Amino acid sequence: MMSETQPLLAVNGVEVVYDRAALVLKSVSLAVPEGGVVALLGPNGAGKSTTMKAVANLLRADRGEVTRGSIVYDGRRIDRLGAADLAPRGLSLVMEGRHCFASLSVEENLRVGAFTRRDGRAAVADSLDLVYRCFPRLKLRRDSPAGLLSGGEQQMCAIGRALMAKPRMILLDEPSMGLAPQLVDEIFEILRRLNREEGVSFLLAEQNAAAALRYATHAYLLENGRVVLDGGAASLRADPVVQASYLGLDADGRQTFRDPAAARPRQRWLCCGRWRPE
Amino acid sequence: MDGLWFFVEALVGGLLSGVMYTLVALGFVLIYKASGVFNFAQGAMVLFAALTFVGFVELGLPFWMALAAALGVMMLLAVGIERVVLRPLVGQPPIILFMATIGLSIFLEGFAQAVWGSQVRALDLGIPDMPMEIDRVLISRFDLTAAVIAAGLVIALSLFFSHTRMGRALRAVADDSQAAQVAGVPLNLIWAVVWGAAGLVALVAGLVWGARLGVQFSLTLIALKALPVLILGGFDSVAGAIVGGLIIGASEKLAEIYVGALIGGGIENWFPYALAIAFLLVRPGGLFGGKRVMRV
Repeated sequence: MMSETQPLLAVNGVEVVYDRAALVLKSVSLAVPEGGVVALLGPNGAGKSTTMKAVANLLRADRGEVTRGSIVYDGRRIDRLGAADLAPRGLSLVMEGRHCFASLSVEENLRVGAFTRRDGRAAVADSLDLVYRCFPRLKLRRDSPAGLLSGGEQQMCAIGRALMAKPRMILLDEPSMGLAPQLVDEIFEILRRLNREEGVSFLLAEQNAAAALRYATHAYLLENGRVVLDGGAASLRADPVVQASYLGLDADGRQTFRDPAAARPRQRWLCCGRWRPE
Repeated sequence: MDGLWFFVEALVGGLLSGVMYTLVALGFVLIYKASGVFNFAQGAMVLFAALTFVGFVELGLPFWMALAAALGVMMLLAVGIERVVLRPLVGQPPIILFMATIGLSIFLEGFAQAVWGSQVRALDLGIPDMPMEIDRVLISRFDLTAAVIAAGLVIALSLFFSHTRMGRALRAVADDSQAAQVAGVPLNLIWAVVWGAAGLVALVAGLVWGARLGVQFSLTLIALKALPVLILGGFDSVAGAIVGGLIIGASEKLAEIYVGALIGGGIENWFPYALAIAFLLVRPGGLFGGKRVMRV
């Protein structure tokens, strides 16, 4: 039995090595409680996607492997399973860059998401209905090839496909990438609804810290393959370092750093961080 | 007028023999589409299937039983190939898998002949290879039957691809195998299904070609005839395999008759390859191949 305090997903001291040479994640630990929305923040190359791929067992295709630590989902270790074994266990991934099946229609894309369902046509039709209610635009374009959708619609299609597996938890890798700000809000709004009404837990890797911190309950800050900061979303929003480096709130953020030594490594990528004033 | 009827007769004959090429090319297309691998062993699978069928017939099984048994063997072979050859090579580049299929083809050729013997066998499908006359045009009854069988196979395959859960998953893997895995589609299963389908196609091609040429080692060489078909039609398109087969079949017959006469004949054997090379220069993706759905 799962105890009340045990998280739905726990990443424990995971180390990831690519090509047996490049150490990309250095003992990353994080937890997502049942029903939680947890954000994984950080600049380009911090290891967000690698963390997501480690959880989703997708590292092997990139010649990477988890060399230390464990990943526990729903009380069981999942880091020795295959990529296709997670969807039937209720853990779905929406990959960075959407990865819709371009030549399949939107509805076929969604139906592939239900490939592992064993609870009958009626239940799958219910899920399809839920997806179309969340994303009415997908219903309008149900028969067009997914490759012809706009970026936002493709993101909806990818999220919808993940939903079709009836997941308890969805891993979202950069859902806001390349989308207009109001579309980002629209999608996050739907994720919040799914979280509240369907009880789906989310782990969200995002560069867009401002948007992610508005919707997440808890966040981890990843830098150079390490978790450097974690806490409730409100406390991270209030953190001066996060404000200066990720939220772009303070124009002279450098002067407000409480600990200059901790701030120094961040300056290197300051220019490539995403700046979106509130 | 006689010249026109003769032309029609040559054209129809060519188109029908083109269907026979399509049958072989289909097997290549199925595997290439799903995994991006050119299956060098397709010709060996045709020989293996035909030998297995003839072997069962010689053991005294009636036609349909032998057919079912040969089909069963091809399915087992598909599962075996997935387990032994493909699974250990997951994530390797396509060229490695291609080389593995070369090894596989050598194994299959040897294994089939070790089990069933290497002498030429006759295969009788009960279709008389006699021409029949439809409105002054002579048409081979055998070719016509083969065309009907091929059409049935193509229709069955396309229904499978477009209307079943497994067919949909297959197309999803062809589009984006990583995303398909994430959605819970196991690659192992898909590969076994694809190789099973290619095995079915090889069996049908083996029966038709075996009935025409006799079941013998040279059946593996008809795979070479599929090559210009694939270049013309595109490696990843079922429609391309059909149209490519028809074009190759018709053009080689017409070229033999009308051009061959001028330069002393023998054109039929090399004309498809010349056509394929010309095509490579103009449209390397083939008529239907390499088309990707893209946003612009």
